[in-house]
Amino acid sequence: MSQNAVRPTPASPTPPGGHLLEVRDLHVEFRTSEGVARVINGVSYHLDPGETLAVLGESGSGKSVTAQAVMGILDTPPAHISSGAILYSGQDLLTLPEAQRRQVRGKEIAMIFQDALSALNPVFPVGWQIGETLRQRLGMSRADARRRSVELMDLVQIPAAAKRLGDHPHQFSGGMRQRVMIAMALAMEPKVLIADEPTTALDVTVQAQIMDLLADLRRDLDMAMILITHDLGVVADVADRIAVMYAGRIVEHADVRSLYRAPAHPYTKGLLNSIPRLDQRGGKLATIRGLPPNLMRIPSGCPFHPRCPYAQQVCVDVVPHDLVLGDGRTSACHFAQEVRDDRAS
Amino acid sequence: MSDFETVAASENQAARRGPSGEPGTPNQVGQPRKPRSLTGDAWRDLRRKPIFWISLILVLLVTAMAAVPGLFTSNNPTDCALSRQHAAPSGGAIFGYDFQGCDTYARAVYGARASLLVGALSALLTGAIALLVGMLAGYFGGWVDAVLSRVIDVVLGIPLLLAAIVLLKRVGSDSATVRVGAVIFVLAVLGWTTAARVVRSSVITAREQDYVAAARMLGAGDGRIMWRHILPNALAPAIVVLTIALGSFIAAEATLSFLGIGLQEPTISWGIDINNGRVHMRESATPLVVPSAFLALTVLAFIMLGDAIRDAFDPKLR
Repeated sequence: MSQNAVRPTPASPTPPGGHLLEVRDLHVEFRTSEGVARVINGVSYHLDPGETLAVLGESGSGKSVTAQAVMGILDTPPAHISSGAILYSGQDLLTLPEAQRRQVRGKEIAMIFQDALSALNPVFPVGWQIGETLRQRLGMSRADARRRSVELMDLVQIPAAAKRLGDHPHQFSGGMRQRVMIAMALAMEPKVLIADEPTTALDVTVQAQIMDLLADLRRDLDMAMILITHDLGVVADVADRIAVMYAGRIVEHADVRSLYRAPAHPYTKGLLNSIPRLDQRGGKLATIRGLPPNLMRIPSGCPFHPRCPYAQQVCVDVVPHDLVLGDGRTSACHFAQEVRDDRAS
Repeated sequence: MSDFETVAASENQAARRGPSGEPGTPNQVGQPRKPRSLTGDAWRDLRRKPIFWISLILVLLVTAMAAVPGLFTSNNPTDCALSRQHAAPSGGAIFGYDFQGCDTYARAVYGARASLLVGALSALLTGAIALLVGMLAGYFGGWVDAVLSRVIDVVLGIPLLLAAIVLLKRVGSDSATVRVGAVIFVLAVLGWTTAARVVRSSVITAREQDYVAAARMLGAGDGRIMWRHILPNALAPAIVVLTIALGSFIAAEATLSFLGIGLQEPTISWGIDINNGRVHMRESATPLVVPSAFLALTVLAFIMLGDAIRDAFDPKLR
């Protein structure tokens, strides 16, 4: 394993049939009047059927932008996909003509937004909105779409679904709105569901309900799910694998258990240490010092080095590769092994 | 105490109103309760507002006047006799007679048709142009927006009255229909810019909303997003601007007619009558005051109605 550790590898092994969804070396930049912000700098991840991948990172780390690029709903301009590929069942979505791209949206890959209130059209009843896709894409009649909408609302456990079909988004509570959003996303029975911080706008108690619902739906409908979040607590129960993002890169990629047991990147370690614990009373909460980098001026070498307790000169000079640590684990840190084995801090 | 009773009573009423809305029958597919539509909500809001009722009654009154003036006066507005010049009120002529000896009130009633027609049709045409231009500019942005916005700037820079005078002078025909059409056309062609800017800015706001991204995420195309998702959300400010514009178009028609380049006699319009009344204001003020009051009330009614409807239809204000 120690020989393994220093060998840089481009991507994890591909199964014979190919991955369901694969993002390959994606680069996205935002061209603004103040300059070019390099928001995504070579992100690669993959998703297999039935799997849940959590993408973790703080605000501005590029996790949502990656998802929007996959979905094809980035605003271009200012966003610009400078290189990379997004393969769905082996087909590159980025080279697909817009008309065919639209066929993929909603039907193959669907997305849940963070703030359901703004993601629902305020002037239409929710039943109409859930049914709209069905009527447009599947050519369902109004009555059929209505019936199916009720089924979908039942599926996401909205009580009295048939009665609430005609209600407008503002008449729902936050949790119920998020359920409506989920029902909309599920309308076309997508194979991949991207949940972009689905619980951020919700109360803590409701957060748990929504996460449970998503986990159940993923299992029952046999979807694959990408869960974007900055909440480590949310991830632990639901995800199979975790990709930690920092400054537009995936800095660590591992299965949930090994990542929680022994993080192999100082950033992940910092995140895990800053979770408040019940047994830690009175003391000051651990934090990661400093701020995320300005994406127009990403630090040289490893972008995390100004905030990193392990930083050496090499981190300032050399951009670290993804080091493979076995079991498909990777870490973009020069000292990945040391960090992983350093249980003390 | 009495407050509580009122609330309880209204709750009872609400319960009685929704027959299939009983709890305990949650998931009956195909038998949903009548949905609370946006229009329904807006209506509940509106009917409590006195301003709405006052302006609605005025608007309906003027509309009725325009449609069937005979209901409001039995006198013929073109039945004029110089012997009655500035005569005091008598018979049906409740406001007396003007310089030409015509019934002032009857002329004001019959004048509603031309004014309202010009106002309403100009507002509709303006709305069509403004929605098209504003939607394209706001939705597509980039060079489309740049070109259309400059066009708006240019048209906005043309003084309305000056351009209207130049354009209307070129209308050779004296036929009433042609002149009405020309006035409508000129007002709309010169007056759509403000509304287009409003539409553009509200389209830009709506375009950035998550529900547009959500629609796109579900595979909706540009046309569908514009028509179904952006338009309804961007419409409210446009409706207000247009109702207000309707009022000002009526005023502009009066101005043009007053200047002698809008409608022309024998068409009866408030503008023409205001112009005639002005000349002989010192002998008798009523032939000036009556059409002016009709004009002012009509304009005010449309503006108030627009405002009330805007408030009721804007879900963001709930």
